[in-house]
Amino acid sequence: MQDRPAAEDLLAAVRRFLTDTAMPQLQGHAAFNARVAGNVLDILTRELDLAPGFQKAELARLKTLLNVTPEAEADLLSLNRQLCDKIASGEMDLTTPGLQDHLIKITMGKLAIDQPKYQGYNTAQAKDWPEQESK
Amino acid sequence: MTQTSEKPSRATDSEIFEARIDAICRAQYGAPVSHLKRLSGGASQESWQYICDGRAYVLRRNPRGQNTSSNALPKATEAAVLEAAAAAGIAVPRVSYICAPSDEIGEAYVMEFIEGETIARKILRDGEFDAVRPNLARQCGALLARLHQIDVSALPELPYSDAAGELEKYTGFLRQHKQPHPVFELAIKWLSDNLPPEKSCARGPALVHGDFRNGNIMVSPEDGLVALLDWELTHIGDPMEDLGWPCVPSWRFGQHDLPVGGFGQRAEFYDAYRGEGGEVDEASARFWEILGTLKWGIMCAVLMSATFESGADPSVERGSIGRRSSETEIDLLRMLLEQD
Repeated sequence: MQDRPAAEDLLAAVRRFLTDTAMPQLQGHAAFNARVAGNVLDILTRELDLAPGFQKAELARLKTLLNVTPEAEADLLSLNRQLCDKIASGEMDLTTPGLQDHLIKITMGKLAIDQPKYQGYNTAQAKDWPEQESK
Repeated sequence: MTQTSEKPSRATDSEIFEARIDAICRAQYGAPVSHLKRLSGGASQESWQYICDGRAYVLRRNPRGQNTSSNALPKATEAAVLEAAAAAGIAVPRVSYICAPSDEIGEAYVMEFIEGETIARKILRDGEFDAVRPNLARQCGALLARLHQIDVSALPELPYSDAAGELEKYTGFLRQHKQPHPVFELAIKWLSDNLPPEKSCARGPALVHGDFRNGNIMVSPEDGLVALLDWELTHIGDPMEDLGWPCVPSWRFGQHDLPVGGFGQRAEFYDAYRGEGGEVDEASARFWEILGTLKWGIMCAVLMSATFESGADPSVERGSIGRRSSETEIDLLRMLLEQD
């Protein structure tokens, strides 16, 4: 167990320093890079918060899709590679029960972390596409 | 391919570089150079603007004057294509001088400066473009129709690429990377099952610009489309590629309801193309939209991430572009489910 302060609180402090102190003193390309760095900090903050729950839900769905027993030891990387092989070979496609739902949810989850303001994501939300679950 | 100078790295020294530009100016226009400055943008190409004898010019060359990268055309070939496009009445910068090895600045050419805006967010949002924006998609369609009718037999030899070749190339990049992307695999399967016919248009393979999108079209508040820039990916191929690429959602810069570059509808774009004698295969154009979205996604997920992780470009900016791959995944899903 790691000691406090918590990682998310430390990240928030770096974000405040960047926004309140560093950025007002920067110009030109350095100011641009500071904005990009701020965006990256925001991605990391959301990833720390959301990714653990998202990954558990993704793993559970992958096991169902690939007929792996829930108790079996399996990691996200190898199950995702299996899924890719089955899609590439044509063994699984959008008519496969559960696949469309799974692909939508993993992608919605990536956008919730990477770019929650991306217009394509917001359009999908407006059409009631399901968000990534969190377990 | 043109020979670069023997010591291209010396040309990065600003004084030597300016002296060499000055020598070109004196030899070509009989006057010295002034106001030399590097234009921003263009990681794959350098652009330098300067004044000579009261006129503004832009010199384009490969980064630091080095030889062409794998994809880009030799500068002399690019210049010849620009001249052919100008002769066909297409709005392009006029080539003024093709640099020789003795100029010692690498592969480069000089073109006349054109006043206009290329930054998509300004063209799509600034009030000064309100009057010309509604006609932009039509101007683009008409320009592309003229471009695709250029007689390719009169041009220097150009690379050939088609849908099957591009799909294979980018699938190869993805598979080498090893990171699994189920949505990209779904798109690859759909694309390989829906390849356009080799002759998607009666005319068959044509001159294709290869990077026709926001950022490479120059727009003025008075005349709308005033120039098509960045011809280094020009090739012989399926003309529908140029109709699909500007509609990739990432090039709409937040205006998704206007599929052509965030400024127009496909119907008016295609109408103008047909009006100038072009023939549209809408299914093939759609194919190229989806392939274009996949290509940009793989560029982010694989090529941007790889140059970041290898340390070739360890900048925060490069790393963060890697995370833009997910935007193309949501767009691909929306396209494959016929919701875009």
